[in-house]
Amino acid sequence: MSGDLRELYQEIILDHSRKPRNAGKVEDATGEAQGNNPLCGDRITVYVKVTDGVIEDAKFDARGCAISVASASMMTELLKGKTVAEAKALFERFHDQLTGPEAPETDEADELSALMGVREFPTRIKCATLPWHTLNAALQGGDGEVTTE
Amino acid sequence: MADGNGAYPIERIRSDFPILGEQVHGKQLVYLDNGASAQKPRAVIDRITQTYETEYANVHRGVHTMSQKATDAMEAAREKVRRFINARSDRETIFVRGATEAINLVASSWGRANLKAGDEIVLSVLEHHSNIVPWQLIAEQTGAVIKVVPIDDAGEFLLDEYEKLLSPRTKMVAVTHVSNALGTVVPVREVIRLAHAHGALVLLDGCQAAPHMALDMQELDVDFYAFSGHKLYGPSGIGVLYGKEALLDAMPPYQGGGEMIDRVTFEKTTYAELPFKFEAGTPHIAGIIALGSAVDYVSEIGFDAIGAHEHDLLGYATQRLSEMNSIRIIGEAKEKAAILSFNIGDVHPHDVGTILDYDGIAVRTGHHCAQPVMDRYDVAATVRASFGLYNTRAEVDALVDGIKRVQEMFA
Repeated sequence: MSGDLRELYQEIILDHSRKPRNAGKVEDATGEAQGNNPLCGDRITVYVKVTDGVIEDAKFDARGCAISVASASMMTELLKGKTVAEAKALFERFHDQLTGPEAPETDEADELSALMGVREFPTRIKCATLPWHTLNAALQGGDGEVTTE
Repeated sequence: MADGNGAYPIERIRSDFPILGEQVHGKQLVYLDNGASAQKPRAVIDRITQTYETEYANVHRGVHTMSQKATDAMEAAREKVRRFINARSDRETIFVRGATEAINLVASSWGRANLKAGDEIVLSVLEHHSNIVPWQLIAEQTGAVIKVVPIDDAGEFLLDEYEKLLSPRTKMVAVTHVSNALGTVVPVREVIRLAHAHGALVLLDGCQAAPHMALDMQELDVDFYAFSGHKLYGPSGIGVLYGKEALLDAMPPYQGGGEMIDRVTFEKTTYAELPFKFEAGTPHIAGIIALGSAVDYVSEIGFDAIGAHEHDLLGYATQRLSEMNSIRIIGEAKEKAAILSFNIGDVHPHDVGTILDYDGIAVRTGHHCAQPVMDRYDVAATVRASFGLYNTRAEVDALVDGIKRVQEMFA
């Protein structure tokens, strides 16, 4: 199997997709949003509970591919305890790293760098970013919906 | 490549398609996405070049030689298509952008003139979105109601349920000839007979039928038939609407513009005769001419040979996948065109598609623009291998090997 394909489906990604962390619903969520990728029919709902500007809890329900589920799982792990501003900064950085012209330096401490293999698969970048776009909408509060198209 | 059907000239056919020599990720391309769009033989590619190099100008209006040559070539292609579907007349053979435009044309033009509140349009669960949404649009405008024929677990169109839906309110039955997502061949002769017995018209979406079987409009007695050129080894951006002349004659134009008029004044415009009434604007001239070459190409091989070859591939692929663990084949109708939809355990089709692509294997993954079918089977998406006249058993073997690699990775 090609090296690039291994880069995409790293063990950590397969692990998150098999056993997603924070799958489910936050009952007392302060915000939730649905994300759709109409091209493939993938759907995700992200729930957040924000108190005094800090993300106390974040969960998700997803029907999607390994990349989108792993991305959502890793995202929710990272979010807890972060301020809303920090979460948005994380999203911006992640998005830039995935879509920017230069591949980012590999950072062992940065779990999200496992998703950088997606850079070589342009058709799959939206799979990785959909949970984050949905999070962004959930953080606006209320009941939003985003789409990749 | 080895093949199950010895008489079929597979080597020669494959050599007619330049793209089949291409490599993807260092592997020989295995193109199993024919249901989405088929590849083009050299004859079609060359015909486009030849048109632009030697006989191109705008059609039907010019008095100069090039315009006449282009017009002659385009009308010769129309005659080829007419013969291909056995329409009575060239006037019944309308060139459109594709099947989507053909269906929109009928829904809009026929629908606006003929549908009123409470009238019923019968569709089926098998429909591609392009045979659903145009009818929803016209239903919204006219107050007509859409009824949907169910399918069973095998993906069979349920004729008895269909018959129950028919009533004096039924004005149009618009169903697919072959399901793009499942491969089911719909019993269209019965569909047409029953609709006509209830005074309803029938439109067939023939996108997935035209590349696989001989078509005969007169024998079918269908009222409208739509198909795309690009699935029939022709160019994209060109398709065909067949309609019975009396129906087309009575319908108002779909789009206004040049080519479709007889005389224009600001007081009143009279329209051109068929088929030009429905061909506003400069058509896809080279596309039409090359579609004629595509029709020649498949006709020369013949649908007896193509059908036998593709059925062999479908049977072989179905058997090989059935022998594997954790494969769910979706769509097991008794009569199928060469389309095989399946899922591999819980692995999402997009992950399957990416991994297979690394072996050079092109399959379609997703909902295939047929979300009601996906809902019927409670899946978000499937992997779809769809075979064409140039595929081989060796390519089925490559698909099977690719599926094994997916299973290893997601074990």
